[in-house]
Amino acid sequence: MIGAPPAKIWFDRTSCVFGSGDAAVAALKDFSLEIGDGEFVTVVGPSGCGKSTALNIAAGLLKASAGNCFLDGRAIAGPGPDRGVIFQQYALFPWLTVRKNVEFGLRVSGVQRAERRKRAEHYIGLVGLGDFADALPKTLSGGMKQRCAIARAYAVNPEVLLMDEPFGALDALTRVRMQDQLLVTWLKDRRTVMFITHDVDEAVYLANRVVVMSARPGRLQEIVEVGLPYPRTEDIRLSPEFAAIRNEVWHAVYSRSGQIDT
Amino acid sequence: MATLPDTSSSPKERSLVDVTNLALGAVSVVVVIGVWWLAAASGAIALPGPLEVLIKAGETIASGQLFVDVGASMGRVLSGFFLGALLAIPVGFLMGWYKVARGLIEPWVQFFRVIPPLAIIPLAIVTLGIDEKPKVFVIFLAAFLSSVVATYQGVVSVDRTLINAARVLGARDWIIFSRVVVPASTPFILVGFRIGLGSAWATVVAAELIAAQSGLGFRMQQGQLYYDLSTIFVCLISIGVLGLLMDRAVVWTERHLTRWQERVER
Ligand SMILES: Nc1ncnc2c1ncn2[C@@H]1O[C@H](COP(=O)(O)OP(=O)(O)OP(=O)(O)O)[C@@H](O)[C@H]1O
Ligand SMILES: [Mg+2]
Repeated sequence: MIGAPPAKIWFDRTSCVFGSGDAAVAALKDFSLEIGDGEFVTVVGPSGCGKSTALNIAAGLLKASAGNCFLDGRAIAGPGPDRGVIFQQYALFPWLTVRKNVEFGLRVSGVQRAERRKRAEHYIGLVGLGDFADALPKTLSGGMKQRCAIARAYAVNPEVLLMDEPFGALDALTRVRMQDQLLVTWLKDRRTVMFITHDVDEAVYLANRVVVMSARPGRLQEIVEVGLPYPRTEDIRLSPEFAAIRNEVWHAVYSRSGQIDT
Repeated sequence: MATLPDTSSSPKERSLVDVTNLALGAVSVVVVIGVWWLAAASGAIALPGPLEVLIKAGETIASGQLFVDVGASMGRVLSGFFLGALLAIPVGFLMGWYKVARGLIEPWVQFFRVIPPLAIIPLAIVTLGIDEKPKVFVIFLAAFLSSVVATYQGVVSVDRTLINAARVLGARDWIIFSRVVVPASTPFILVGFRIGLGSAWATVVAAELIAAQSGLGFRMQQGQLYYDLSTIFVCLISIGVLGLLMDRAVVWTERHLTRWQERVER
């Protein structure tokens, strides 16, 4: 993919500082990264190194204090339905049913009721929540909530998915299921994905490339090409190749970052 | 009543708890009335007994006097509360949404909040006359102040992630306000209404004691004048029962409108 089409997302020496004066915190410093169209990139790094900050800049929820971030070559000015964001805390609207949550983005962009219904129905089915379409979020398990959040992001048909530790709060089994589901959909539609995680296994299992960030202020430390074939299976997870790549990432994250606070 | 599965306890356990509570409540009422009856009958204290009060209640109901008094008090409370809440919602939202509005309004809200509503009565009577206006105004103030603070707090504490979630789905300011901020702050607003209605009720009775020609407070004032303890009792019980009913009504509305909330079941 190197030298091929222009990057879908391009962090160009992006920096981000929170606060000012003595209290200023440099969350991101000269962070540069290109994510190709249709690529699945995972980002790992020590806690507080600025992963979420980078993702929020790409989402348009935060402004870079220096440098720039581009989507399809255009500087990102704000959030938009071309980039779906999935938050760690699910961020479902608790007063809306699963169906209404999924329809929210469609409603905002003025899609007619019948069409809205149809599309919501489709994505709710896709994440396996068909029986819970009229349930309120409080009655769902963590995994179901996250699936609903994914359906909500998919419903507006974004070109890019920005996922901030989406499976962080799930138990191991649910997590593996969600990973497989995500890959199945990704293989079908090849949306560009930027996926943040704490879990090195997860990072390697999902990605074309794993981006390793250094401790604060966050910079790009290393990019590990995964190069394992898709579809990924449990066999791949248990293979020596997988173990080798995981070790490489593991070392990049934990041996060279002075602090480990996770 | 719940249409959604309840995770805390099975319906059976639930109804068992309800029945026990109900039985305990009934026992408690009977015991307290019994003690009251004994105390009155033995002449230990100069109080009317339960029977006397019951007869008095029957008389005032038959003559329609009780309804007139209740109607007068309720009319004041509801009109004052309604006006106060109606104004509190837009003002509270303005304060929560715009820093400038907050800066301009908050000092006054904080200032008036520490003044007991009743302390406004003398001023209100002098400036607004002796008819309904000063009383309704004071209740309006009491209801407005507690509702406005609750609304404002509700808006301020809306989860940022929910707003961000709406933004990334393409929502602009007005949509975010109407579809995220309003529903997210509804529970706070309703808590404010509950407090507001409580303080409105307390205020109206006290206001009628001071300056009124009708209402439960006025009737008690008359009872005091003519040493008519039974009437005072009837009024007191009415005040308590009506206050409870109004409180329950708000709680019921709150439960109904905020069923989506995760709550700790007790
Ligand atoms: N709104 C904010 N105000 C001030 N400082 C902030 C803010 N958001 C983040 N920071 C700081 O910026 C740094 C990077 O935060 P960020 O959330 O991007 O880290 P992260 O890599 O996502 O961490 P984690 O893995 O724990 O989620 C942290 O040190 C944090 O304290
Ligand atoms: Mg983070």
